[in-house]
Amino acid sequence: MNKVFKMAAAASATRAAPSDMAAAKTAASAASLALHVLAECPVSKARACVLKLPHGAVNTPVFMPVGTQGTLKGVTVAQLEELGCQICLGNTYHLGMRPGPELIEKANGLHGFMNWKRNLLTDSGGFQMVSLVELSAVTEEGVMFRSPYDGREILLTPEQSIAIQNSLGSDIIMQLDDVVSSTVTGPRVEEAMRRSIRWLDRCAAANKNPHRQNLFAIIQGGLNAELRKACLDEMTKRDVPGFAIGGLSGGEEKDDFWKMVTLSTDHLPRGKPRYLMGVGYAVDLVVCVALGCDMFDCVFPTRTARFGSALVPWGSLQLKQKQYAKDFQPIDPECQCATCKRHSRAYLHALFKSDTAAMHHITVHNICYQLTLMRSVRDSIIEQRFPEFVRSFMKRMFPSSEQYPSWAEDALASVNITLD
Amino acid sequence: RGGMKLELSKVVQGCRLGVLIGIGKTGQHSLELPGCLLYTRCATVPHLTQDTLHTLTYLPAGAQVALDGLAEHHEVLEEFKEGVRKFAGLHDTALFCSLHDPATNCPTGHVTNKNVACALAMTVIVVPQTVSVWGSGGRIEMTAARFIAMQAVIQPDCYQSMADGETWQTNTSRKRVHKAVNRTLAHLDECLTLHHKTPQLKHTEVFGVVEGGDILEERVRSARETAKRPVAGFVLDGFQSAAMEQELRGQLITAVTAELPVEKPRMLQGVGRPDEVIACVEAGVDLFEGFFPFQVTERGCALCFDYNVTPDPEAAALSPPTVLELNGERPAVEDPKQNDIGNTGTMTQFEMNLKDIRYREDFRPLVEGCGCYCCKNHHRAYVHHLLVTSELLAGVLLMLHNTAHYLGFFRALREAISHERLQDFKTTVTKVDFGGRKQLH
Repeated sequence: MNKVFKMAAAASATRAAPSDMAAAKTAASAASLALHVLAECPVSKARACVLKLPHGAVNTPVFMPVGTQGTLKGVTVAQLEELGCQICLGNTYHLGMRPGPELIEKANGLHGFMNWKRNLLTDSGGFQMVSLVELSAVTEEGVMFRSPYDGREILLTPEQSIAIQNSLGSDIIMQLDDVVSSTVTGPRVEEAMRRSIRWLDRCAAANKNPHRQNLFAIIQGGLNAELRKACLDEMTKRDVPGFAIGGLSGGEEKDDFWKMVTLSTDHLPRGKPRYLMGVGYAVDLVVCVALGCDMFDCVFPTRTARFGSALVPWGSLQLKQKQYAKDFQPIDPECQCATCKRHSRAYLHALFKSDTAAMHHITVHNICYQLTLMRSVRDSIIEQRFPEFVRSFMKRMFPSSEQYPSWAEDALASVNITLD
Repeated sequence: RGGMKLELSKVVQGCRLGVLIGIGKTGQHSLELPGCLLYTRCATVPHLTQDTLHTLTYLPAGAQVALDGLAEHHEVLEEFKEGVRKFAGLHDTALFCSLHDPATNCPTGHVTNKNVACALAMTVIVVPQTVSVWGSGGRIEMTAARFIAMQAVIQPDCYQSMADGETWQTNTSRKRVHKAVNRTLAHLDECLTLHHKTPQLKHTEVFGVVEGGDILEERVRSARETAKRPVAGFVLDGFQSAAMEQELRGQLITAVTAELPVEKPRMLQGVGRPDEVIACVEAGVDLFEGFFPFQVTERGCALCFDYNVTPDPEAAALSPPTVLELNGERPAVEDPKQNDIGNTGTMTQFEMNLKDIRYREDFRPLVEGCGCYCCKNHHRAYVHHLLVTSELLAGVLLMLHNTAHYLGFFRALREAISHERLQDFKTTVTKVDFGGRKQLH
């Protein structure tokens, strides 16, 4: 714990002077993560980077598909690799329950267990506590919940979350945070924020593998600017390899959401990755890249695929609907994925009545859509035409400018991108 | 154009070894016999996209579609115009169209009687006009005209004629069986007439269907009469695994194939278990439906039976351990009642139940030495986990493995016939001693 504070004191995190930046960079590369900023948008806060991790380089901005239970819903790791995915998520809560950390450790970690050779990020298990499980209590010790499998009461502490993630062996691990819904107000928000800071320190101390597993802090503070700023001030004193922006994308108003995102990126160090958790809708991704975020994850694209919803640059196609029964075009004539190269909307519509492969086709397509979107965003930043990209992206997505979501217009305007 | 042709290279103990050539529009496909067709639902191999399907190195040259899965898409296919293979984005494979999906049990009692008189061999018989198939929305009735119209939009390379096969229930009356044979022949004649008037079916072959339930005389009659028609081959219906014991099946099939011309292929419906396949090949069957790997997959099991006969018979006594012995186990022969999972049937001695807790920490591939994607990339513990957590990938991986294993079995069967090692092969596969030179361990 003392070591952490000493190193943190040497490298002040916010808008640091050049010498401090050098010290910070050294500290960062002593860990197993390095961020190289390739290009920055001169207009907005967008940046294009290369994130070096133990299992290879990741180009950012990046969308990370979610493979909750050690598998990406019907897609093989070969297909995932083929799609160009460089990092995906595993879920500590689910994997911690089944098959459990001991077994996964025997299998050479989650990489060995699912045979994924590239990077993995695991969350702490905290979010599932709140969203999925019957919660008994949150105390300073940890999160107490009732196991859905055998009804036992289980306590998940910061130390245990890190221990599980150490067994999983993921390249990026997340601190256990005291998660509070973004719609909650009052003293609970501050309590959760303060506790998350203390839990961050406990997580850092508990990490057995700092040289190959990168612990990210999670900025909390709800929708309260002061609390969030306080959290940023404190957490950036710690020498962690990266920061996540948490406590958002949980049903709050988009107007409040973007303001907290931009506040967060304003106070996070340039030289470390910014991971915005739970964001995956195309518009949200593009706007939050403009606001300075590098990494995103969301179950939406893969989940919606299984309901027959195919993502396209102009929205989505609900392929189970009758109107597609005789539509012989591919989902997107310009898409290069295996599904679009071989199959029509009409065939997928028909197949949905017979076989699971229909879902797999759409899942492959949706992942391709997300990854291609991020690649295009990144290329435009590198080529110094990100604002133009944003404008044409919005034009394609919405039939008319009247339909642009006002929160998105406001957010983009705040970083000097005007849409009309 | 000559059309489909069977080139027989060898007959050993009743087993025919050969190649069915000249299949397809330009005669480009050939199928090694005995062989099986790739099973599809709505022209997709279950669970598999083209990427995952093509990790399989030895795909059979023929695939099967069924009207059960396609009839409801008639209008779409009609508008599409280019046939179901193209509609589905299937690879370049010969397509055989059957009436029913072999992996689904069809309800019975739906052959309708519309009191239409039809002349057949100088006898006036009351012939029902329709046969039914079962789509996702329920029953679809078809007259011969509609049946042929369906084939015209599907554009398979070969299809079985419309047939009345509802005689597989026990205690079907002799009278009913007799009627079924007659109806089927009448349907065949109708279909052939309409077929030759349909330009889209110019390069498509028709197989006649042999019915007759479990009655020897009816089977022989059906075979003889069907053989008189200008068909390219024969489908043997009503012998489904669920319908009949292997011994009776073997006897009846032998009697049937004795009536059929040697130079035309015989396809058997509804039989897929390895031991039954071998027995039916001995009875004169050439071609099988490939649905068995799918059924095994659906019950969360993996095929693991040994089909490798040692190449050197002299070394048989010192032969290397069987695949199962290498894996340190034999599959658990579990209580059949505990393993009956609806349509997918009971677990057999040819498979292992990967949901079993014994595989939880087993980091070996499903089958040692198997070259399929699943065995090359994953272990039993992972597949077990996927099954326990109801993950979709389980179906993908199991389908790949089971298909690869099953196709390997057919290759090995052909080799065994070719090298005249059939008894050893049977012993290896069924674990029952059929004599031969190999010592049972």
